Amino acid sequence: MKRVVITGAGTINALGLNVPDTLAAMREGVCGIGQLEFRDVERLSIQIGGQVKGFDDVVRYNRQQTSLYDRFTQFTLAAAAEAIAQSGLVFSGDLSARAGVVLGTAGGGVSTWDDNYRAVYEEGKNRVHPFVVPKLMNNAAASHLSIEHNLKGPSFTVSTACASSNHAMALAFSMVRSGMAPTMITGGSESMLCFGGVKAWEGLRVMSRDACRPFSANRNGMVQGEGAGIFVFEEYEHARARGADILCEVAGFAMSSDASDIVMPSKAGAARAIAGALSDGRINASDVGYINAHGTGTAANDKTECAAVADVFGPHADRLMISSTKSMHGHLIGGTGAVELLACIMALRDGVIAPTIGYEEPDPECALDVVPNTAREAKVSVVLSNAFAFGGMNAVIALRTI
Amino acid sequence: MNIQDQVIAIIAEQAMLDPSDVTMDSTLEDLGIDSMGVVESIFAIEETFDISVPFNANNPTASEFDISSVASIVSGIKRLKAEQA
Repeated sequence: MKRVVITGAGTINALGLNVPDTLAAMREGVCGIGQLEFRDVERLSIQIGGQVKGFDDVVRYNRQQTSLYDRFTQFTLAAAAEAIAQSGLVFSGDLSARAGVVLGTAGGGVSTWDDNYRAVYEEGKNRVHPFVVPKLMNNAAASHLSIEHNLKGPSFTVSTACASSNHAMALAFSMVRSGMAPTMITGGSESMLCFGGVKAWEGLRVMSRDACRPFSANRNGMVQGEGAGIFVFEEYEHARARGADILCEVAGFAMSSDASDIVMPSKAGAARAIAGALSDGRINASDVGYINAHGTGTAANDKTECAAVADVFGPHADRLMISSTKSMHGHLIGGTGAVELLACIMALRDGVIAPTIGYEEPDPECALDVVPNTAREAKVSVVLSNAFAFGGMNAVIALRTI
Repeated sequence: MNIQDQVIAIIAEQAMLDPSDVTMDSTLEDLGIDSMGVVESIFAIEETFDISVPFNANNPTASEFDISSVASIVSGIKRLKAEQA
C-alpha cells in the first residue's frame, strides 16, 4: 500500500475566495452567514445562508464557458485552479493518462434546473437553452475539471447528500493508496442557494431563521452554504521525488451505513465510521487531537454525534477538541466535507483549531470541548473529519502530520 | 367538513387509521406518528387551511403552535384563521 499526501488545496466559500482568506476567517471566527440575495428570496421563510459574494463569473469565465458552467462547476474550477497551482503539477504524458477526478455533489446544477423550470413553467416558454443537460448534470464539474487540466484517468462524481465530498475524497484516497493512480484531484462542490433549492430545504422544517449554533443548547437548526473545496491527493514518493510542499498525510478513512432511517442520524452508524477510520489508519484513539464535526446545528445531529464520539474515544473524548465550522460557512451539503477539510489542514499545519462560533449555552448532551467562539492554538498530529448524511450514509477521513 | 373533522381526517391518514379511531384527546405520539409524520401532518394542515404554521422540528415544544393532540391542533388552526381574517 502506498502512502498518500495532500499537495494542493483550493476553495471558494462564504468565508473567502481562496484558501488563505478562508483560513484567516476561520482563525478570526468570522461569520459568513447573512441575508440571501437572489430572485424571489422574499417568498422564502428562511432567508439566511452562507452565500458566496464577490465571485465575478463574468470576469472569470467567457460567454461560451458560462453557457456550460453552472455555479457549482464555476466554484469547482476556481478552487481546482488554486489547488493544482499550489501542487505544481502539470498533467501530461503518463501522469495525465493515469490521474483522475473524484468529486462529490448532492444536487449538481440546481440553479440551472431552477432557472429552466421557471422559464418553461412560470414564463410559459417552450424552448430552453441547448446546453441545459450538460450544464446541470452532476458530473459536469468533474468533467470540466478533467478537460481543463488534461486528467485522463478514472473520473466520476459521487452523491451521498451531506457526505458526498467525504465519500469522494475517501475514494480518491483509496485509489492512490492502492497504486491505481499516482494522483487524484478530489473534493466537492455545491450551489443550491436559489429559490427552489432553499424552498425544498425549508419544507423539512429543520432550518434556522437566525443562525447556525452547533452544540449550543439553544441551537435551532442548520443554515445552508455554498462553494467548493478541491485537493490534490498524491502518492507520497511521487510528491517527495519532485520536492513538493506536502500539506499533510491522508491516514485513513471509513464509510458506514446506518441502515435505519432516511433522515434521523444513528449513534451506532456514526461510531462505526469514526472507529473504522482509526482502524484503517492504524491510529490510536488517544492520538486524535481534533475532530472537525459534522455539527449541523440541528437538535438531532449534534447530540448524536457527541454521543458517538464519546462512545469511540471513552475518557479521551474529554481531552480532544471538536468544532463545527458550519457555524461560519454554513452547511455546503455535498461540498461541506471538502471545505471543512481545510480546517483540519490548518490544525495540523498551523496549530490553529477553528472555533464553533455562535455558541451561547452549554448543552449537557453535547458536553465536549467544542472550541467555543474563539480559535485556539494547539499542537495536534492526528485529526478527523466527520460527515453523516441524510440516508444514513457516513464517511470519516483521518489526516496526520508528516 | 368542519375544522375538527378535517384535522381528524389528516391525522388518521398519517397514522394509517380509520378516522373513527382518532378522537379529540388523541395525541400524535399515541397514534404512532413520528417526527417525519408530524412534519407531513403540518404540511397537510397548511395546505388544507391555507395557513402558515410556525413549527421548527429542532424544538417542537417551543413552537407557538401546539401539535401535541388533535384538540390543540384544532384550536391552533382556529387561532391562525382568526388572525388571518
